[in-house]
Amino acid sequence: MTKAEIVEQIYEKIGFSKKESADIVELVFDTMKDTLSKGEKIKISGFGNFVVRQKHSRVGRNPQTGQSIEITARKVLTFRPSQVLKSALNKEGV
Amino acid sequence: MNKSGLTNIICEKANLPKKKAKEVVDMIFDTMIGALLRDERIEIRGLGSFSVRHYEAYTGRNPRTGESIEVKPKKLPFFKTGKELKEFVDSKDEI
Repeated sequence: MTKAEIVEQIYEKIGFSKKESADIVELVFDTMKDTLSKGEKIKISGFGNFVVRQKHSRVGRNPQTGQSIEITARKVLTFRPSQVLKSALNKEGV
Repeated sequence: MNKSGLTNIICEKANLPKKKAKEVVDMIFDTMIGALLRDERIEIRGLGSFSVRHYEAYTGRNPRTGESIEVKPKKLPFFKTGKELKEFVDSKDEI
């Protein structure tokens, strides 16, 4: 599934034009990106949480050569799926 | 920020009634959940991709008691941050 299919859903079900649907979907994802890059987390109930975590620098190793290198401190984004979504995924066929 | 915070921003920026904005935000996530339940991969350019990972059954151990337990096969949603967002998240200084 891509953004285009999400836009299509909005277009069919909510009664916006194709252009409006595309713009709104774009706006939602852009807003999420902006929020996350400010370091703020996003919680979507029933879906999951997007959290920005600060990682400290550490010594890593190039697995190919065995050479030690410093992995710089950085911020990374992690997604923690909601319990509701996890159980829904494992419900079918049980 | 939670879903209603996101809805409020959409409502302001797109100049939509709150009810409409909520409908849109709900539908976006419901559509994505539907795809994951069908075991379908989702790719959102600029944000990242979601997929369902399948895990085999394994024998685990309760670390406290050392007791063996059978862990059943399971599926878990997995998110891989897109390159653009990854760089974006790391580039800005703390606010």
